[in-house]
Amino acid sequence: MPADVSTPLAETAEPMSSVDRVATLQARLDATGYIADRSLSATLLLFHELQRPLLLEGDAGVGKTEIARVLSTVYSCPLIRLQCYEGLDVNAAVYEWNYQHQLLTIKLLEQGRISPDSAEQQIFDRRYLMERPLLQAITRPKSPVLLIDEIDRADEEFEAFLLELLSDFQVSIPEIGTIHAVSRPWVVLTSNGTRELSDALRRRCLYHYVEYPDFDKELRIVTTRLPEAGLQLARQVVAFVQELRRLDLRKKPGIAETLDWAAALLQLDVTTLDAEPEQVRDSLVCLLKTREDSASIEDVELGRLIAKAR
Amino acid sequence: MNPTTTPPPVDGDLAAYLQRRLTDFIRHARANDFRIGVAEELDAQRVALIAGLDDPVRLRWGLRALLCTDVEEWQRFDELFDQFWRRPNATSAVEARQGAPLKRGPSAGGRVSQRSDAAREFELAEGSDGEFGQHEDGGRDGASAVEALSRADFAMLADQGQMRVAERLVERLARKMRRRALRRQRLARRGHRIDLRGTVRKSLRYGGLPLQVVCRQRRRRQPRLVLIVDVSRSMALYSTVFLRFARGIVNAFGDSAAFAYHTRLVPITEALRQTDPARLRASLALISRGWLGGTRIGECLTQFNDDYGRLLNSRTVVVIVSDGLDTGEPSLLTEALSRIKRRSRRLVWLSPLLGRQGYEPRTRSMQSALPLLDLFAPAHNMESLAALEPTLSGL
Repeated sequence: MPADVSTPLAETAEPMSSVDRVATLQARLDATGYIADRSLSATLLLFHELQRPLLLEGDAGVGKTEIARVLSTVYSCPLIRLQCYEGLDVNAAVYEWNYQHQLLTIKLLEQGRISPDSAEQQIFDRRYLMERPLLQAITRPKSPVLLIDEIDRADEEFEAFLLELLSDFQVSIPEIGTIHAVSRPWVVLTSNGTRELSDALRRRCLYHYVEYPDFDKELRIVTTRLPEAGLQLARQVVAFVQELRRLDLRKKPGIAETLDWAAALLQLDVTTLDAEPEQVRDSLVCLLKTREDSASIEDVELGRLIAKAR
Repeated sequence: MNPTTTPPPVDGDLAAYLQRRLTDFIRHARANDFRIGVAEELDAQRVALIAGLDDPVRLRWGLRALLCTDVEEWQRFDELFDQFWRRPNATSAVEARQGAPLKRGPSAGGRVSQRSDAAREFELAEGSDGEFGQHEDGGRDGASAVEALSRADFAMLADQGQMRVAERLVERLARKMRRRALRRQRLARRGHRIDLRGTVRKSLRYGGLPLQVVCRQRRRRQPRLVLIVDVSRSMALYSTVFLRFARGIVNAFGDSAAFAYHTRLVPITEALRQTDPARLRASLALISRGWLGGTRIGECLTQFNDDYGRLLNSRTVVVIVSDGLDTGEPSLLTEALSRIKRRSRRLVWLSPLLGRQGYEPRTRSMQSALPLLDLFAPAHNMESLAALEPTLSGL
């Protein structure tokens, strides 16, 4: 079984009812600046209790990666991030020998009189081992949050390897032997659906589908992150973006885009959307990221959106 | 179930009862094509312990996170949960709602066991997608039914159930093409040879030790597929199937594009990529609805050349799906086709009519197009689509 992790969450001495614990976790997420709805908080609580990896899916820009970052703050432990890409292999994800360093040592050893056996032992020492994220994650004394970002971009072989690592939490290195996990990391995986993930991986994980925030939640996010925007502008911005997401766009604006746009409007000294449609049009570059999308929002459509957001 | 996971505080009988209900719920979920292993079943009891069986909202959220494995299940879960927990008699509630939109196939608990072993075996071999061999009428039909389906002309599939199975098969086929293509790439990569010159050069910095071996490998790249699907009135019986095929292709091959045309050309790649099943169905229905007026292949392909010519390069395979019944000017078609052929790797024309006995491409436009095609093949059933695999995957 996993090493006991003494996060403040586990330390609550009094047996609280589960409802309270969800509320507590939600409040703690709130305090770090992440507005989570109750269903997500409930999943995260379960993630903590069951110690299963958590697979997050959802459109780009809904704050999947942010969840891992916030968890590391809440658990007050480091965040180790592995960004996946096509062709990611064990050398980049788990470990690599520091060849230059080893060769240098060999040259130095040649001058002394050292038996080949002990020389070999010397150069395959842990000192010459470069730890990559996955090895780092299991050798820390305190459980870190391990974020495996965009797992769907990695190859299928890597996914299979990861599956093995996530079940045994050990890595074997031929020259040294097997390295067992000192602590078990909190594993968060995110996926954007560019490739179908294997059933085995899906089954091993808890699953949460992160949706675009509704009006109230997004408004809270904007007012928390950008308090200087003022309630009126924040309201209009959020209503506008919510309406925009309903249109048939190629790239729907995420939460980051909403925040960017609100900041941009602040820079342009816009206080209400309907007062300055020109400025709004100019700043739409923050929201619409493809040529087709910006072409599809014509002035009439823009006027309608602004009118609706009022 | 493991007795140690019993929720302790409650009165013994009640606890045992609730635990049994939870086990029943998991069976119910399995019968509805949720993929749940033994480990999840055990953890479900822990979830119930943490969330409390008396708190329906928390229980719902907890089980949802545990039991769902993808978006599709995530969206079906609430309905499933309500069906089971909100009504005293779950089975009858399910059957009363047989036609509910989010369900795949029949869902009454216990139905699974009635299905023939062959159907199960087929499923196991094909991956865990549970729709195979299940018809609305619940009849026994296994691998042989699927096989028969793969020979049947798409136009002859009369009822909705068969049609849906065919559509899913077609989509799966498209995905499989990608998988096989990948395997081939890997074998090629393994068969590389050592490049001595590069190795010696690299070894200089290590005092002559060949530490970095440089290899020569044949790189194979995926072709870029461009699918142009005819959705005119004359193709009405086939267009849904081909749109599903296009969807499989578009999702499996990252670098691909799809278009639909009748009297004008519409790009549909983005529409096909969307994951929300309800929206996808809506937009597919919109695209495949037979429009009035004849087909203008020539004009549409000219439009393709003008607007989307940038998609064509030396590794593009262009696949046109059409019956070739054209009301436009043949010279326009020839001109457009030869432009496409000049700029792409391979030009394929699939005709659903070619599978019919006694059909010959006699229309004027088809006659003039034939010499320009690299491949003119039938595409009226699953088998003929499967035969395309070498063309689409290897270059």
